[in-house]
Amino acid sequence: MNWNAVLIPMGIFAGLGLVFGLILAIASRLFAVKIDPRVPQVMEQLPGANCGGCGYSGCAALADAIVRGDAKPTACTVCDAAATEQIGKIMGVETGKKVRRRAQIMCSGMGGNAHLKYRYAGAKDCIAAAKLGGGDKMCPNGCIGLGTCAASCMFDAIHMVEGAAIVDYEKCVGCGTCVTNCPKNLIELIPYDAKYWVGCRTALPGKITRTLCDAGCISCKLCVKTCEADAITVDSFGAHIDYEKCVACGKCVEKCPRHIIKSGEIPQKDA
Amino acid sequence: MTLTELLLMMFGAILVENFIFSKFYGCCPFLGVSEKPDTALGMGMAVTFVMTLSGAVTWCVYTFLLVSFELTYLKTIAFILIIAALVQFIEMFLRKYIPALYSALGIYLPLITTNCAVLSAALLSIQNDYGFVETVCFCFASALGFTLAIVVFAGVRVRLRFANPPRAFRGFPLTLLAAGLLAMAFSGFSGMSFR
Repeated sequence: MNWNAVLIPMGIFAGLGLVFGLILAIASRLFAVKIDPRVPQVMEQLPGANCGGCGYSGCAALADAIVRGDAKPTACTVCDAAATEQIGKIMGVETGKKVRRRAQIMCSGMGGNAHLKYRYAGAKDCIAAAKLGGGDKMCPNGCIGLGTCAASCMFDAIHMVEGAAIVDYEKCVGCGTCVTNCPKNLIELIPYDAKYWVGCRTALPGKITRTLCDAGCISCKLCVKTCEADAITVDSFGAHIDYEKCVACGKCVEKCPRHIIKSGEIPQKDA
Repeated sequence: MTLTELLLMMFGAILVENFIFSKFYGCCPFLGVSEKPDTALGMGMAVTFVMTLSGAVTWCVYTFLLVSFELTYLKTIAFILIIAALVQFIEMFLRKYIPALYSALGIYLPLITTNCAVLSAALLSIQNDYGFVETVCFCFASALGFTLAIVVFAGVRVRLRFANPPRAFRGFPLTLLAAGLLAMAFSGFSGMSFR
């Protein structure tokens, strides 16, 4: 057997490997970039889902930003309270109590309440529909109901039920992807345990809203007067609940003549 | 090879023998990183960068080392080794000296280590008996073809998002169909021959 036929290639490849290894070893010293040891530590606490809910391209980018100080330690919307606290510890700051938030679609125009402008038969996408005269609803703040939010949700937390986007509170992590994707800007992140919300986002006077939708807020301010906690305000037009003040008494729900202050059963779970 | 021949060879590598549409090399990044045109362009740039450099290095190693020791049958494994080391090296270099480019390329740079298009560009230039300049030009042009394909396809996929296909076609099936149609469009170039 000709041993040279085996030994020479082996030698050459070992040599090649050695040379490349050496070059890389030298290069890693030569081109060493100081990495903050906290970056991998923070990275470990992040969920690694790369959902982009924080506004960065992925968990690694967020970890980098947190350590650099560009992002708050609480910036991740997905990771739980314990992980957030850990990140705070790594960064040496107090994060405070993290409020878990969930998405809520602020419109009651489904089921024929909102009056139609035209019959839309185009691509099943709200963004595409919104390009056509702002969607098929008369109301400029009406849910188009084609499910762009549901399609954008990476956690399968929004489902279209009879033309209405229903948020699965258990699954929603409050990343806000749907908020940015809704062309009508109808989705709001509210505290996870918020029991009541105003299902309308109108910015028009009551008289006009009345002609556009059977369920729009007419800015009558009955809820403002009823609220004992001073939590509801009607800024220009349309009621808004301040969740810092809301005591969840539910009195506004009964008073609202348009029945658009809604309540949902929130599954009790530690935030 | 004269300059005209060189240019024709490059033109052929970009359109006629497009790596993705006529040779089916580099299909995984083509399908994986073509969701958005700007990330597709980033991937294309990274591939162009690595492919051109690896073409030059592999040609040198092949000509001066493997040929002289009559080890040409080991070129595949040698090229894999070279490309992997080269990508690592480029990554470190960019991180230190051109951090802007490094962060723009991001995750795509290490992904190229296992990109078959890079390996095949090196192997093909050996097969075609190209000289050094021709190898570099061929690799660069092939990478340009790859970039063209992935960016065009990303544009198609952006439009596909508004489509409402039957449930069975949603997602990857439709993407693959679109890729096939695009490849058919590119096959229109296949009648051209410069040899």
